[in-house]
Amino acid sequence: MRTDDLEDVESFRARARSWIRANLRPLQPGEALSTLRNIRTEEEELAGVARDREVQRMLFDAGLAGVCFPREYGGQGLTQAHQQAFNQEIAGFEFPSRLQAPTFSPCAAVLLDFGTEEQKLRHIPAILKGEEIWMQFLSEPSSGSDVASALTSAVREGDDWILNGSKIWTTGAWWSDWALCLARTNWDVPKHRGLTVFIFPIHQPGVQINRIEMLNGSKEFCQEYMTDLRVPDSDRVGDIDGGWTVGTRWMFHERRLFSSPLVTVPSGQPHGGVSSSFLVDVARDSGRIDDPRSLELIGEARMLELAKESLQGRIGRGMALGKMSDQAAALGRLFGGIAAARTFTVSFELAGSVAATWTDDDGSASLAGYDYLMRQVACIGGGTTEMARNVVSERVLGMPREQTMDHGVPFRDVPRGSSARR
Amino acid sequence: MLVELSSDQEALRDTTARYLDNEMPVDRVRGLRDDPAGYEPAYWAKGAELGWTSLLVSEEHGGGTVSGFALQDFALVAHEFGAHAAPGPLVPVNVVASALDAVGSPAQRAHIDKLIAGTAIATWCFGEPVPHDRFDEGTLEIRPEGSELVISGVKRPVESAAQADHLLVTGRTADGRSQVLVPADTPGVSIQPLDTVDLTRRFSIVTFTDVRVPLDAAVGDLGAAAGQIERQAQLAILAHNAEAIGAMQRAFGMTKDWAFDRYSFGRPLASYQEIKHRFADLLSWLEASHAINDAAIAAFDAGAPGTAELVSAAKAYVGEQGSELAQDCVQLHGGIGVTFEHDLHLYLRRIILNRTLYGTPAEHRRRVGGLLVDTSRTDRGEQQ
Repeated sequence: MRTDDLEDVESFRARARSWIRANLRPLQPGEALSTLRNIRTEEEELAGVARDREVQRMLFDAGLAGVCFPREYGGQGLTQAHQQAFNQEIAGFEFPSRLQAPTFSPCAAVLLDFGTEEQKLRHIPAILKGEEIWMQFLSEPSSGSDVASALTSAVREGDDWILNGSKIWTTGAWWSDWALCLARTNWDVPKHRGLTVFIFPIHQPGVQINRIEMLNGSKEFCQEYMTDLRVPDSDRVGDIDGGWTVGTRWMFHERRLFSSPLVTVPSGQPHGGVSSSFLVDVARDSGRIDDPRSLELIGEARMLELAKESLQGRIGRGMALGKMSDQAAALGRLFGGIAAARTFTVSFELAGSVAATWTDDDGSASLAGYDYLMRQVACIGGGTTEMARNVVSERVLGMPREQTMDHGVPFRDVPRGSSARR
Repeated sequence: MLVELSSDQEALRDTTARYLDNEMPVDRVRGLRDDPAGYEPAYWAKGAELGWTSLLVSEEHGGGTVSGFALQDFALVAHEFGAHAAPGPLVPVNVVASALDAVGSPAQRAHIDKLIAGTAIATWCFGEPVPHDRFDEGTLEIRPEGSELVISGVKRPVESAAQADHLLVTGRTADGRSQVLVPADTPGVSIQPLDTVDLTRRFSIVTFTDVRVPLDAAVGDLGAAAGQIERQAQLAILAHNAEAIGAMQRAFGMTKDWAFDRYSFGRPLASYQEIKHRFADLLSWLEASHAINDAAIAAFDAGAPGTAELVSAAKAYVGEQGSELAQDCVQLHGGIGVTFEHDLHLYLRRIILNRTLYGTPAEHRRRVGGLLVDTSRTDRGEQQ
């Protein structure tokens, strides 16, 4: 790659800063909230999606979209240092939060790694213009952590594939455009060797979308049913039965989400968890802001934010320099999940009785109860912390792998629970 | 420690590591447990030649960094001290040398040469006894009286006070925070040794009973030392953290090796998922400790806004998780982990000692929380 004609980081930063300040709306205090809160109506959510697409298009037209995406696909072809500068400059302003994950990564990242030239030219520029929002069709009702045991089947029919099965835990599939889908193409080989990855539009007759109501009333998570869905072979990503090669990178991109060069993560903004500045509001609204114990809890949350941010930076640098294996991304996922869960606990404690019984007049404290009910999402979504611990101990520390009952066994003979038999 | 060092930094780290490997193997550390000073002067002076005492002093006064980032360099030495549970008054000497370099008078700066050469020792008298032993609650009085300053108060714990030629004393004058440099043999200074968990580091109570020194013993302007005191505390905290992280790294490595070597029920410990998952947690704490301390060190070296917050956050994190990591290493070893014969306790001692110095994790969490609440109140236009 030529580096001599790259825009230097500081002039890029200055350009980004002046454009952001001239074109984007500053966030109100406490506005950078988790999308898992059930605080928006359907109309508000769709308006938010539309605005995200619009801002993404504005970024594209301003030469600021896809900072680390290759130029030939509409990106800026710059470095992680440029993306970090952008992360710092956009902090405190609106940004297309719904497009970062999973659209830019893992989906676009996987297309860049394994897509054909035609696929990349068709989709990456459209993604960077905000025209295509992507979803991961990965988890299934019968397999979360063990994604390679996918039951969704794809059967070859001429130049097409016919897909049948169900995927789950896609956030916002009801307003998204395209799916990256892991399916089984061979049942007579061990599970990792019979998978293939496909892409297809979400809104078409063969795909039914059900929104799942979470315990807090949020309906952002979806389940999809594919029934005789026809996908042309030209929309296959990677080799036939080579889906696990793609899947391994796919999950790497998922684990390193918050240190990925392809994703905008505004500095100081929590991804998962409650921000320490929001906790100050909770303590104020619960009348506990002057308690020494409150200061300690708020300080702990801030400490975890700073530790998480610096850890992500360390892992990103370590991997970029080849001093850490790509598997080290699981350390960030593990730390981030545990830290985020802790901040929900802190919020719940600071809120006192308001955490469980409130009115609309109770301010920030009134959100603490539902946040706490949903606390474990931080340690489940995007791969559980238990799976991250497996990856760290086995792939980073080289400890012996867990014994499995499916090794070397044709997938159709692998034992399955009653809900997954077919 | 940073994931990438410059070649000069790597040379600095490696020289210290090899010197300590050769001169201070763990059996020699054990052998110093009853030594009154905890270290041999010749060992210290030779270590000083490797850069242990000069990195935080400007070139103008005989020191110099290897990378341009003074604390980043010094933290590499501190890391190796932790990884070897090494003896010697590393942090106090460097805090005083750096303070004299920054704000000392020409006469006071004349002492820097011997500190750098390792032929004189100086230490910082900062903490105070109960009920003022919380971080930075000092009450020691420094009172101008004619051409003299009169010092009254008690400092505790003071590292290597019995070995020190000079004491940098932090206290209060009527108009604010002040510091004085006091020769340790000044009448009215008395030193009483403390017991400690560490095998080789020595601490004392230093009592100042109407100690009289000339006015020019003041380090910097009287009543205007608050910023310098904060900087010294930040330096001490980050260096102790770096040392603790070196000890954590070593304890983690030993325990990991043990998990591969030790078999139970026909399997290595490292094959049990319960054990594997704990190692994953330990590694995440270890890496986060490196990361947050390096971030705080970078902020310190750059004089960046937000340094105080990062330093306290790093102190709280490394203090808390370092101790937890070390104790879990003991647990994973089983009974052998609490014997004197085993090496693990050398690192446990260093980690928990450093946790208690310059404020507890809880005090620093409170400090971080207080800074955030203050900012929020300022943003809302509230009076504080």
